[in-house]
Amino acid sequence: MLSQTADHLFWMARYTERAENTARMLDVNLQTSLLPQSEASAELLWHGILGICELQPQYDARFPALAPRDVLEFMASDPSNPSSIHSCLNAARENARAVRGTLTTEVWETINSTWLELKTRLHGVKTNPSQFFEWVKYRSHLSRGVMIGTMLRDEALYFSRLGTFLERADNTARILDVRYHALADQGAPDTGAEGEDAAGRSIDFYHWAAVLRSVSAFEVYRKVYSNVITPARVAELLILREDMPRSLANCVNEAVTNLASIRNDLSRETERRAGMLQADLHYGRIDAILQQGLHAWLVNFLQRVNDLGDRISRDFLVPLATA
Amino acid sequence: MNMLQTMAGALYDEMHADGDRGVRAHYRAFQSWLESQSADAIAAKRAEADLIFHRVGITFAVYGDDQGTERLIPFDIIPRIIPAAEWKRLEAGLRQRVKALNRFIHDIYHGQSIVRAGVIPPEQIFCNAQYRPEMQGVDVAGDIYAHVAGIDVVRADDGELYVLEDNLRVPSGVSYMLENRKMMMRLFPELFARNKVAPVAHYPDLLLEDLRSVAPSGIREPTVAVLTPGMYNAAYFEHAFLAQQMGVELVEGKDLFVDDEQVFMRTTQGPRRVDVIYRRIDDDFLDPLAFRPDSNLGVPGLLSVYRAGRVTLANAIGSGVADDKSVYPYVPEMIKFYLDEKPLLKNVPTWQCRKKEHLAHVLARLHELVVKETHGAGGYGMLIGPAATKAEIEAFRARLSARPENYIAQPTLALSACPTFVESGIAPRHIDLRPFVLSGKNVTIVPGGLTRVALRQGSLVVNSSQGGGTKDTWVLE
Repeated sequence: MLSQTADHLFWMARYTERAENTARMLDVNLQTSLLPQSEASAELLWHGILGICELQPQYDARFPALAPRDVLEFMASDPSNPSSIHSCLNAARENARAVRGTLTTEVWETINSTWLELKTRLHGVKTNPSQFFEWVKYRSHLSRGVMIGTMLRDEALYFSRLGTFLERADNTARILDVRYHALADQGAPDTGAEGEDAAGRSIDFYHWAAVLRSVSAFEVYRKVYSNVITPARVAELLILREDMPRSLANCVNEAVTNLASIRNDLSRETERRAGMLQADLHYGRIDAILQQGLHAWLVNFLQRVNDLGDRISRDFLVPLATA
Repeated sequence: MNMLQTMAGALYDEMHADGDRGVRAHYRAFQSWLESQSADAIAAKRAEADLIFHRVGITFAVYGDDQGTERLIPFDIIPRIIPAAEWKRLEAGLRQRVKALNRFIHDIYHGQSIVRAGVIPPEQIFCNAQYRPEMQGVDVAGDIYAHVAGIDVVRADDGELYVLEDNLRVPSGVSYMLENRKMMMRLFPELFARNKVAPVAHYPDLLLEDLRSVAPSGIREPTVAVLTPGMYNAAYFEHAFLAQQMGVELVEGKDLFVDDEQVFMRTTQGPRRVDVIYRRIDDDFLDPLAFRPDSNLGVPGLLSVYRAGRVTLANAIGSGVADDKSVYPYVPEMIKFYLDEKPLLKNVPTWQCRKKEHLAHVLARLHELVVKETHGAGGYGMLIGPAATKAEIEAFRARLSARPENYIAQPTLALSACPTFVESGIAPRHIDLRPFVLSGKNVTIVPGGLTRVALRQGSLVVNSSQGGGTKDTWVLE
């Protein structure tokens, strides 16, 4: 497969996934902001969103103050924000268009329809944002499903899947990081110990339930633990549980598998690093991670995922002329 | 009432014989179906067609619009129908013509016997910008130059078919031929049960076979690629479509490189050799080392590999020498010269302005002629006398007098018309036809081609860049 083609497929999948995760984050923020809370903590939620995406400076340049409406618009429908859902879906579609011949007709038409339909749905960001985010999630499910359901098991699919899981690993880690931070700042327990302060826990419950919902893991949590919601368990579920589809462990497992399927002469070191990361997650323990400090651990994780992305680019996507 | 509308009264209607007196036999089944359809049903189908074309992304980019607007080429649901016997004659004529053209290009880059025999004056060839001295003496696989030819054919008011133009460089439009058929079959399956329409969907298969048959000698399993200028090219959809349908890579110049007298593409598994390139880039941009140095669409060093016979380009470099409008008047002579046959298809009578007596005739009748630049394409840079204002004619006269050798002139043909859906209902609109002729080991033509229609009333310009639409083209079996 052409390196250029692989590059487009990789980014097509990444942008599709990013649009979905942005929708998830915004939606859960919207839900959480309806809870009774101080103005300061509500504001913190919206700061958090901009923090996750490292977009605070760009936001400040455009808007005078932090307003939920503005953040929503900035993150959902603003074409000048390269990380907005609008921009991600456009980038996914442009990448798909560049390689439409490599995709099945169904994949291309799904991604193209998403982009065409987006234009008629953007007003929903103002009038009915939750419904809009549902739609974005639904279209992402559809894109992914059509890819898996119709594409040949060859490099084209492997590169797309690789893009999906690297992006998801990155996004899940960021969601967790920001939430954990925000809650810790409010004095919520982050030691993972249970039964310390019943009053604090009931407020926490809603916040952590929201985090779980943002990655479709609320019911999963109940099923896995059959127990009350604690920050430590939430962290464990989203980091270490290999059977949880949006967990870091599963994302890295999938990345390793897909990487092995596209192996070339240059990619040995990249595979080794991916394998190390996989082993850390596979044999890791949540209490050790929390002891180290979740934030520090996640920052390190994000760096390693970023490094994998760079190395994949170098090994496969823009190789030297006669390498 | 303007000139063209007056003419419209007398024009040849593809569907109705002698005005409204009767429906031609090959249109009768369609006509009775059309009459049985309610206006609402037709409107719904037309809307559905638009929606599908948008979703499939059969659109072309509008330049200079940063909103990324993409336009559809309007599609009309009334097909252009060609009876079997007429197609048979046309097909034979196309075959003959393209054979002669390929022989001509080979001759020009080898012995130039046609020039030495005095049939074509040497300056018409060697002063032509499309003549490529780099190709002199170069042998190409199978002696084929124009692997894919798009021959524009029109019907005039006398009912005769004329060849208007031979497109031998990078003719486009075949994807519309295929997608229009797909659309018609999807919207109106019942029509295909009533009419025996010759299928066209195997075109990509024929193209692949054609391209494989001209691989450099000694290559058993050639690797074929389609070379595109990129996704912002107006015909990008077609490039991607053909690559996908043939199951070959779609590459841009930057995906290819030359090493050790071979062309390679950059893949995720390292370099891979390419043997046949179906290129959709003009000669000028193919190789910055040989042609335009500012081209970043091409592949540095491609020409040298090509000249060494280690890669095949389709169409061949320098094919344009045969489709230039200044060479067009000689095609009937070529057919006699190379094939010793009588031309089966007519040329439109053409005045060559480089000839003094022709120029005088043209200057005296500018208001009734069509004057074209010899190197022009896409409907640009031409004068349609009857539709032009006095000022336009005078401006053109000045340009023509300054460089007469750059122009040819032809009578304004009353192109035949085909009933077409327009705002006010169904009305006749001018059409042409571009059949696609494939030359490799054999010459093959899928029955039909692309029918383009000038949607504006009275307009004779069918190019999509000038507001033209398309129709499905049926050859009845």
